[in-house]
Amino acid sequence: MPTETTEIESLANQAYKWGFVTDIAADSAPPGLNEEIIRFISLKKGEPDWMLQWRLRAYAHWLNMTTPHWARVTYPPIDYQATIYYSAPKPKKKSIDEVDPELLAAYEKLGIPLNERAALAGVEVAVDAVFDSVSVATTFKEKLAEAGVIFCSFGEAVREHPELIRKYMGSVVPYSDNYYATLNSAVFTDGSFCYVPKGVRCPLPLSTYFRINAKSTGQFERTLIVAEEGASVEYLEGCTAPMRDENQLHAAVVELVAMDNATIKYSTVQNWYPGDKNGRGGIYNFVTKRGACRGINSKITWTQVETGSAITWKYPGCILQGENSVGEFYSVAVTNNHQQADTGTKMIHIGRNTRSTIVSKGISAGFGQNTYRGLVKVLKAAANSRNYTQCDSLLLGDKCGAHTNPYIDVRNTTSRVEHEASTSKVGEDQLFYCKTRGIALEDAVNLIVNGFCKEVFRELPMEFAVEAQKLLSVSLEGSVG
Amino acid sequence: MSLLEISNLHARVAAPGGRDILKGVNLTINAGEVHAIMGKNGSGKSTLAQVLAGRETYEVTDGTVLYDGRDLLELSAEERAREGIFLAFQYPVEIPGVSTRYFLKAAVDAVRKHRGLSELDSAEFLDIVRQKMALLKIDHSFISRAVNEGFSGGEKKRNEIFQMAVMDPRLALMDETDSGLDIDALKIVANGASTLRAPDRAILVVTHYQRLLNYIVPDVVHVMMDGRIVKSGDKSLALQLEEKGYDWIEKEVAASTAALA
Repeated sequence: MPTETTEIESLANQAYKWGFVTDIAADSAPPGLNEEIIRFISLKKGEPDWMLQWRLRAYAHWLNMTTPHWARVTYPPIDYQATIYYSAPKPKKKSIDEVDPELLAAYEKLGIPLNERAALAGVEVAVDAVFDSVSVATTFKEKLAEAGVIFCSFGEAVREHPELIRKYMGSVVPYSDNYYATLNSAVFTDGSFCYVPKGVRCPLPLSTYFRINAKSTGQFERTLIVAEEGASVEYLEGCTAPMRDENQLHAAVVELVAMDNATIKYSTVQNWYPGDKNGRGGIYNFVTKRGACRGINSKITWTQVETGSAITWKYPGCILQGENSVGEFYSVAVTNNHQQADTGTKMIHIGRNTRSTIVSKGISAGFGQNTYRGLVKVLKAAANSRNYTQCDSLLLGDKCGAHTNPYIDVRNTTSRVEHEASTSKVGEDQLFYCKTRGIALEDAVNLIVNGFCKEVFRELPMEFAVEAQKLLSVSLEGSVG
Repeated sequence: MSLLEISNLHARVAAPGGRDILKGVNLTINAGEVHAIMGKNGSGKSTLAQVLAGRETYEVTDGTVLYDGRDLLELSAEERAREGIFLAFQYPVEIPGVSTRYFLKAAVDAVRKHRGLSELDSAEFLDIVRQKMALLKIDHSFISRAVNEGFSGGEKKRNEIFQMAVMDPRLALMDETDSGLDIDALKIVANGASTLRAPDRAILVVTHYQRLLNYIVPDVVHVMMDGRIVKSGDKSLALQLEEKGYDWIEKEVAASTAALA
């Protein structure tokens, strides 16, 4: 229908609200990637030698790797020598009161107060703020320490808790894991570390807010969360970047470890700059996230809302090793204009009676290409395991694409794997129905899209769900008009 | 002044080479009246309801429509709704994951905003909803379910009437509300609609069959044929059509056209 098509395409591209640049003096490495740069990063971060050696091993390995091309994304080759691998705002802070006011203002503008008195959305959340290559502030540390919870920047953890880092870092995502994870292992600059000791229920949700600010800079952060026996923690992650014409690289690694009866809930709202409506600029988001359910009855839940980035390449997975362990993956991925997303999960069932649930919602608009790629692997030992996968795609307009690539590999006869998939289109009839009830076109689209994503949004903490809905409406503004 | 005044309305499918469907409709409806439009499949009666509601898949090529003295055709579909026009769909649309309650609240608030009123708080809204549910004998679980998702044919039509009651329109267009309903469902839906008769509200019922009109008794019955209203009368016309079919009207029209030529 001609009216429908023009409607669905003509909404003007709404400005990316988080696209501002903070004018702050930075201490940066020269562009380029070599051993010297890695030594420079390590030195800047005051790292012990074992950490430097680990980086160098990763780098040596990376030099022999080739860029993976199996994902349904296209982009020109990345010039790794043109990227800056370290950029830190200066002067370096000593405590929260000494954080540069410019930085505080930047986070304030993003809606992330670094002042403990002004808690996030009226709810107390401990925040670690990572600005380019360094963590600039972590809030509520004392309150968490009282409960025995360690929450600090990754750099600090390397210095202050080396025994924990050496024990767990690389234990879920080894430095040789894949091209981008290996690159990250060589050049990572900061990130968050969280350790919840035995039997402790973390008293606050933890959150890291990642911000890329400096030009030509890549962000390579690592996050490591360990929940000991009977521990539980909820972690939220958000990210934004300025609007720039060139593409910037973000290659993160996240490792989660859940011991016996431990629970980790990890939620992401990814809103890196997606590029303009012609596909210029935007973040290349190549991320490796994996959780290990090591203990019996352990549980890891990944929830992600991916609205940003020019390219998203990520597959948060769970290794279900402990008996009765549970892995969950709930995802909403939006691609508008020329965005490309190839995202999904890997559920590896190793222990007996392990269960996994996958709910993936892909929304494509404009020229967006949205691919679900998921692996469900049930090993021989994983008797009586179960997986349920639901994979839904929603199309807005007729120039976008949705693709579903499930891989299922079951090695025993007692397990059960289910896969359901659907593709639908926001139709003229649905929009007209809403309009005859007085609901404006954009509100109608939001209503329909939010209804489509409901099963994922209800997994998010309340304040994050509200944020995610708003973000979704902004991301899709411009897709229907 | 009449609530609705349609003069010489022409419309066609909005596509290159689209078919002409309405070929000169004239119709006047006053507040408080119930009008029925009957006709065979393809006569244009559903199109008329949709054009009045503002569906953009049809293009108006000629004629005027005055609603409360204003040019209706200038308004978008959502503006028409906010001005008090309601279309009960022949095939109500499913909106998965969106509860009927949330959907209706959005609708009511959009209308209120347009009229310069504040949004209803949840309690006020629920009060209205409960009252209308009681009036139409609708089960409370209705509003928690996603809009029309997994509803039976009868439930979908009841949901339309329920929404109509909550929206409280000045002009209600009922597009073949009786289609696909068994006699029990028909009774419930028709009795519901008939309770919405009010002195300040006009209802236009589009239907194939006379049986619906046993419950919503019309003041005027019109017969539509090939995109025009060719005959109007009181409710006895509907009974005549039931008994004799449409052929005699076709002959009558042919005769009068011949006489004019």
